[in-house]
Parts: sequence; C-alpha cells; structure tokens
Amino acid sequence: MAEIKLQNVVKKYGQLEVVHGIGLDIAHNEFVVLVGPSGCGKSTTLRMIAGLEEISDGTISIGPQVVNELPPRKRNISMVFQNYALYPHMSVRENLGFGLKIAKQPEAVVADRVREAAEILGLEELLERTPAELSGGQRQRVAMGRAIVRHPEAFLFDEPLSNLDAKLRVQMRTEIKKLHQRVKTTVVYVTHDQVEAMTLADRIVVMKDGWIEQVGTPMEVFNHPLNTFVASFIGSPPMNLIDAQITGDKIRLSDGTHLPVPERLENHVREGQEVVFGLRPDDLTPQGHGIAENGHRASVELTVELAELLGTETILYTRINGSEVLGKMFDPRDVSPGERMTFNISLDKVHLFDAQTQKSVRLG
Amino acid sequence: MSSALKKRIGKAVTWALTFLLMLIICMPGLWVVLTGFRPNREVLAKPAVWIPEELSLNNFAQIFGFGAEQVAIPVPAYFTNSLIIALTSTAIAILIGMSGGYAFARFRFRFKDGIFLGLMLSRTVPGIALSLPVFMIWSRIGLIDTKPGLIIVYVALNIPFTIWLIDGFFRQIPKEMSEAAQVDGCTRWQAFWKIEFPLARSGIASAAIFAFLTSWNEYALASQLTRSTDSKTLPVGLMDFTAQFTIDWAGMSAMAVIIIVPALILTFIVQKHLISGLTFGGVKG
Repeated sequence: MAEIKLQNVVKKYGQLEVVHGIGLDIAHNEFVVLVGPSGCGKSTTLRMIAGLEEISDGTISIGPQVVNELPPRKRNISMVFQNYALYPHMSVRENLGFGLKIAKQPEAVVADRVREAAEILGLEELLERTPAELSGGQRQRVAMGRAIVRHPEAFLFDEPLSNLDAKLRVQMRTEIKKLHQRVKTTVVYVTHDQVEAMTLADRIVVMKDGWIEQVGTPMEVFNHPLNTFVASFIGSPPMNLIDAQITGDKIRLSDGTHLPVPERLENHVREGQEVVFGLRPDDLTPQGHGIAENGHRASVELTVELAELLGTETILYTRINGSEVLGKMFDPRDVSPGERMTFNISLDKVHLFDAQTQKSVRLG
Repeated sequence: MSSALKKRIGKAVTWALTFLLMLIICMPGLWVVLTGFRPNREVLAKPAVWIPEELSLNNFAQIFGFGAEQVAIPVPAYFTNSLIIALTSTAIAILIGMSGGYAFARFRFRFKDGIFLGLMLSRTVPGIALSLPVFMIWSRIGLIDTKPGLIIVYVALNIPFTIWLIDGFFRQIPKEMSEAAQVDGCTRWQAFWKIEFPLARSGIASAAIFAFLTSWNEYALASQLTRSTDSKTLPVGLMDFTAQFTIDWAGMSAMAVIIIVPALILTFIVQKHLISGLTFGGVKG
C-alpha cells in the first residue's frame, strides 16, 4: 500500500519523445486506469513505474521513496503482463512461489502465501499443472496470483484481459474488481478498452500521444469530458460531434437546425463562436423512447438510415448535414430504414467544445 | 485392378524405394563398421568375400595395444587429444555463443546488424582457405602442434553458428519472461539463469552438439596444424594407417568406428533437443 507520484515524467527514445512530462498522483489503495488508443504512452508510463523503462526526465516515487534509479526488484511492486509471462518450465505452485523464493523466504511462509493466493483465486486444483496445461482464464488467474503472493505496495496491470475472449473478459473484469476490494492495494491498470476503464476505475486517466488529456472519476470523465478527444473516446457508441456556431442565444448546427444554448453554458460562449456540438446517442432519442423525458428538451426531425437491434435498446443511424449521427431508442419498436422520426434532444446533456481548441467551452 | 490393391502396391513400391535409398546411404558406413571387425586378409581377399566369415575384436585390441600383435599407432593419445580439444572448444564456443546470442536477441547497440551479417558472412569462407595464413601465424607464435592452437581455430569456426542458433532461441522467449522475473525480485543475471537459460536449453544443447561434432570430425585444418601425439586428433590419426605401399584397411576401419561411436551415442542421447533445436520457430510456443 503506497501512493505513487509522477512528476513531469518524460520518456524519450533517442530523439523521439513519447511521453511529454506528465504528472499524476495516485492515492493509497486507489484503482487508477490509464486508457487511450495504442501509441498514447500508457504502457510506457506503466513500465516506467515498474522500472522496466528508464525515465528520461522527471521523478517517480512510490510511497516516500523516489524510485527513478531503483531496479524493478527494489520497487516492491508486482505486475501482470498482457501475455501473462508465466514461467513455462515451472508448475503453477512454483510460478506463484517464485518471487518469495528469490526473496529467500522460509519454505513454510512460501507454502502459506501460495495457499492463500490459490484460495483467493480458486487455483487449488491447478497447483501441480504447468502453464501449458491451463486455459486462458486460468493462466490469467495464475498471473494475478503471482502478483498477490508477494503482498506488494502496488499492482501494475498491462492490458491483462486483451488476450481473452469477450465472455471471459467480462468475467475476469469482475474478478479483478473483487480482488481489489479484497486485497486492498494501489492498482495502476492499463487498457485501451474504455468499458474496462469505466467499470474498474476509481479514477480514469485518459491519454493521447504522450499527453494526459483528462483525469477524473468515471462519471466525471463521462459527463464532463474536457475535450472532443475524451468525449469521443469514452462512451460507446461514441459521442456525436457536429460542427455548429453560436448565433444569439441559439446553437446553429451545420444543417441549419437551431437549438437553444443550455442555461448552464450561456456564460461560456460568445456570439459568433465556432463550436463543436456534442451529444451522446443516449441523449438523442425518438419521442416516447427516451430514458427520462423531463428536463429541457428540443426536438428535431431525422431520417433513420439503419437500425441496429441490441435487445433492450436499438441504435439508430441518422445523418445531420452529411455526417453520421447516432441515436438510441430505449424500449424499442420495429423501425424500418428511411423512416422519418422526431427525436428529442436532452439539452441538459449537451456538450459544447470550442472548434479551434477542441476544448470544452466551460474551460474558457 | 481394385483401388485397394493399387494402394497396397503403391505402398510396397514406396517402401522398396525407401529401402534402396537408405541402403545406398548407409552402405559405406556399414561397410566401414563391418571392415573394422574383420581381419585384413579377408578384407583384401580376391575374389571379395561379401559375407564375413570371421568377426573379432582383434583390430581394436591391436589399436589399443592389447594382445600379441600391436599397431604402432598411439590411438589412446589421439583419442585423448580429440576429446580435450573438442570438449574445450565446444565449452568456449557455447559460452561465447550464449553471451553473443543473448546480446543479439535482447539488446540494441550500434552496428548490430552489420556485426551479425559479418558473423554470418565469415561462414561463407571455406575453413581450408584460411589454413595457410593460420599456419603461418601459428608457426610464428608457436601454436603449431599444440592443443590450444587447434582449440582456438575450432572456437572461431564454431562461434558464428552457435551465436546464430542461440540468438534464435532467445528471440523466441518473450522478453516479458525476464521482465516478470525482475519484477518478482530477480537481478537481470538471476532472471537469465533461472528463467531464460532453462527455456533456451534445448537450443544451447543443439548448438553444443553441432560445435562438438564439428571439432570432433574436422580433418582438413587439423592435418595442417598438428604434427605429433601432442595434438594430433583421431581423424588425422587415421592417415597413420597408410604406409608408403600398404594401407591397413582393417585397422583404419576399426579406428573410424572409434571416431563414429561417441558422436553417434551423443546424437542419440540428445536427439530430442536436436530435433526441437532445428525446428525452432516452426511450432507456435
């Protein structure tokens, strides 16, 4: 259990800078998820925390200690790798106990801790098998077991679920969450899957091109994205982003539709400002098929081009001035392509971003 | 003709051809072994005696200096030389090959590709082409007719191949293995010996066998660089059986058997490693 602090951390490969001076404070027992598209520097950041990559500039500390110069083994962290990295020539028992043996713990302690970890993860039956004899999910569990036996200061997860099939991934996601609740420890978790980030994190760190775009709780990041990148990256299907302009107290969308500027944003926009109008598909719903149809609303007529049935809801593909816009129909009925429908827009959920900076107008 | 019969005939023909081919390949070897157990007069008999009438260990006894008749060739000394030279050069080549292979597989350094290419290109030079310069240098510095002289040559001969083979094996082991071990508390050195080395063992073993067999069987260079019982190896010693006007075929064959047997035994013991060593990369791990 320890806090992890990153201050102005830079990573360069030769002339190429891939992480540009990021700062992040991770609290005791906090579950922090670094999320972003591939190449955004999230894995590199994790590997710098682990000590597997050198830090080009800045400081990283774990607990009270600056760890910049410490090798991985002296950082008292454990890590779960994407490909599990189980030792193929050792049984599950040996894999779990390896770290403790290296640390020259007495046999009895090793046996105890291995039993404890096996119990937590349901590995008792598998202890004598080798990794080759395990299924994907079981290997994943052994990798987590190997991480918890050493009672480290922090767990680092590097895309641990990306090699599993969809069903198992959801199951293991829950197990990781449960594990964190049971073994209270600081966790830094890297993924490119925003659903994993939303479901697991106490706080999400959204990264892009070596910069941190936003840090916040899942709800903050979802409800108040600071820029268009976060807005489109978090949430599925992604937020609709439509070019617009402020004229008077109206937002004029690129197709000419006028919508009132929501009260809470009135003071943040100026006349004539070019903006990006953001609206989640959940907030663009056909009349009679929304979640809560109170609050400020506006309505637009749109033609449905395609309906994607998901069971409890249907995703409706429409178009505003040539660009694709998605809506959601809750409690769905059959919709045929080409049907014209009246959609409600929840004005309370509208996001506005400055067209030039791509940042939320609330920031300006 | 029914198709089942056709199939059986086809199969029979295949087997017959395979047998014939194997016979052609194995015949010389078998003949050498057989000759090693027959007396010279039977070997040289005219007309040829195809089916051996007399098999004995006399030739071997003579070579090793037992019994009444003795051959004036110091086979035990040659055997010892061969063993010392092959084992030492293999050990050194493997040590260097392991370090080099690991470095090529894991580290990034300047001129890496160039150095690797250079190593591989050195294999394209036939060893015998270097025998004259090596002979001249060795005679200057007094390494002619010494075991170290031959050991150095064999190490140089074997290193490119061992580096190449072992590099491939380390490449196959995900680098996360070593990283996981380091996070688990190992130094890089410990991570190597506890995780990466055991996983690359079959590759290292097959590299060792190849290096050993190369040194054990090498004739051309050894015949130039050795003179006496101080350093002569078994393959060179074979030529001792040829006198000006006669060749002791039976003795020579017996000695050939002595050369073949250790190599054969070794290959059988490590067969499994050898196969996995040569098919690496072909199977998804």
